[in-house]
Amino acid sequence: MSKALSSIKPGQLVTVCCIQDSELKPKLMEMGLIAGKEVRVLFRAPFGDPIAIDVHGYVLSLRLDEAGLIQVNESIGSEVFA
Amino acid sequence: MKIALLGNPNTGKSSVFNMLTGLRQQVGNFPGVTVDKKFGVFNLSNEEHTLIDFPGTYSIYPRSKDEQVVYDVLKNDKHPDYPELAIVVADESNLERNLFLFTQVYDLQIPVILVLNMADLAKKNGKSINIPALEEAFPGAKIVETTARVGMGKERLLQAIQSISKEKLTERFYANARICDLDDSKGQETEATERYGLINTILNRVQTTSSTKSEPTSNKLDRILVHPIFGYLIFGAILMIIFQFIFAFAAYPMDFIDGVFADFSAWLSQELPTGLFSDLISQGIVPGIGGVLVFIPQIALLFFFIALLEESGYLARVVFIMDRIMRPLGLNGKSVVPLLSSVACAIPGVMATRTISDWKERMITILVAPLMSCSARIPVYTLLIALVIPKQTVFGFLNLQGLVLFGLYTLGLVAALLIAALLKLLIKTREKGFLLLELPSYKSPRWGNVGITVWEKVKVFVWDAGKVILAISIILWALATFGPGDRMEKAALSAKNHAKELKLSNEDSERFVASTKLENSYIGIMGKGLEPVIKPLGYDWKIGISLITSFAAREVFVGSLATIYAVQEDGGENKRLIDRMRSEKRADGTPVYSLASGASLMVFYVFAMQCMATLAVVKRETKSWKWPLIQMGFMGALAYLGAFITYLILS
Repeated sequence: MSKALSSIKPGQLVTVCCIQDSELKPKLMEMGLIAGKEVRVLFRAPFGDPIAIDVHGYVLSLRLDEAGLIQVNESIGSEVFA
Repeated sequence: MKIALLGNPNTGKSSVFNMLTGLRQQVGNFPGVTVDKKFGVFNLSNEEHTLIDFPGTYSIYPRSKDEQVVYDVLKNDKHPDYPELAIVVADESNLERNLFLFTQVYDLQIPVILVLNMADLAKKNGKSINIPALEEAFPGAKIVETTARVGMGKERLLQAIQSISKEKLTERFYANARICDLDDSKGQETEATERYGLINTILNRVQTTSSTKSEPTSNKLDRILVHPIFGYLIFGAILMIIFQFIFAFAAYPMDFIDGVFADFSAWLSQELPTGLFSDLISQGIVPGIGGVLVFIPQIALLFFFIALLEESGYLARVVFIMDRIMRPLGLNGKSVVPLLSSVACAIPGVMATRTISDWKERMITILVAPLMSCSARIPVYTLLIALVIPKQTVFGFLNLQGLVLFGLYTLGLVAALLIAALLKLLIKTREKGFLLLELPSYKSPRWGNVGITVWEKVKVFVWDAGKVILAISIILWALATFGPGDRMEKAALSAKNHAKELKLSNEDSERFVASTKLENSYIGIMGKGLEPVIKPLGYDWKIGISLITSFAAREVFVGSLATIYAVQEDGGENKRLIDRMRSEKRADGTPVYSLASGASLMVFYVFAMQCMATLAVVKRETKSWKWPLIQMGFMGALAYLGAFITYLILS
């Protein structure tokens, strides 16, 4: 069952499944968000938007709208440290 | 040789640039576009090399106006800036994403050196690279490890530049590589997937990560700095400190520059032989230059702080916590810096919008930035406040004059935000805004980089604002020096006789004559022509003249009034000018500068686009006269209405 990245709670580790077709899709992919990539939601800005995620060693922030384009699967054995 | 410096943002690219070129840097333009081209030269065994610093990008495919130049130059080997060698700077602690751009450049078959920067950070994160093995994957390319922030690895890099073959590469990393068209999303997506696949295969082979479970320091700091309460408190406190410096401490060097130019121009008019040309120099050009240079302390200080925040990595967090607040207003988290800069001067503010990748959000930021009260408005505000606002304390401890000044700044800010929200509804665009911002890890700033940034911003301001202000100063000087026919001469003669009758002292009579001449000059006639239009705001033709002259720069308003009222300017406090203005009466005996007309003038200056230099920069940045004209239109309408309502209410 895939979910939108925008709905994932901070601390959770997820795997990118696919990105909805949009103008932003190639940009998101260039930033390293390709299918199979493990990312961790780190924290949210004060009003819950934008969010910050860890993409293999760097921190990327994106608006909820942008995160909503990204479908993710919860990683097995995802541990929470936040 | 022409060398291109490329790399992701936050990789220490500018440190590498500074390390190689030192202070031998210049800013020019890429042909056909308005993006700044930063380049520097350095010598290597008697050969001179030009290093062009391209904007930081994650890919050759652009996502903002700034980044497009990378694509335009690299895909076209006929382009005058097409490099013979490329240096790609990569953050070693985050190689996967950094190699993406590098492999794209490699596949263009440009001879290329990969600089693995921030080697220290990578070690700290427990990552190590087998460089020979990585080099093997890219035949023809060279790989150099540096820590440019502390100047480590410079020799190795220079050696690589010298020894690398300048022949086009023959291999390709990604066999299907071709440059996609900008609107070919599908092609770019396929490229991204396949390229990352290949990169990961290589990295698995050459990179070892000793997994460290400890949380990075950045994460701990971010708990506080993006905290819902402390985050804003800290940002607010930082703003307070910055403004304290800009307003309180910058005043000393500003007064000094002001004084030097006033003395110099007075000295010139005494020493030079009398004549038109001398007048042009002492009354047109020298004060014009002084009017530009006086703002350097504020601009330098502001950019010092902004560069400091940027270098440390904090600025990205400001964007992060402000984005949600700015968005309903049609702005972007990245609009914070341009708006902040505009408090010193809208020119660097407008230029700072280039980092905003979304066209609409960038346009709105440009349009509202000049509503922030800039430093050129301060002399106008302080003069008018001293003139019509009583020195009183309200609520027991607040200084009323200070409160009014604060109110004017707030008025500008609120207007900027409201107009932005309005423009959001009016400007139509197909695209949706986006953020996609990297939050770099915190670093202690390098003072060298900060210094160079400040130097560059000041240079750009002096040049961009300088030429416009100077040109307008000369035009205005001519309009104030000449009049139709012999009207001025006649008026001057009768004023001289009148002064004699009144037994005025030499100096007073000279000023009286100057004032009469101004009244009969072209500009005086324009001021009088303007009177019916500005009468509803409570102004007379003398104020009209000053409104026109302050198109050069707002603070010229004060100097013009001094000439019109024939008083000597006495710097800082303007006591004599204020006394003279207080005694100015209308035909019916009421004072010209009442609370109503004074406040109306203040409101006018908060809103009006009285700055040709900013208009010129907006034209350059938006590439058409449409936007600066719209801007001047709505700001003018706002100024007129605001001033009219203020006058109506207070009188």
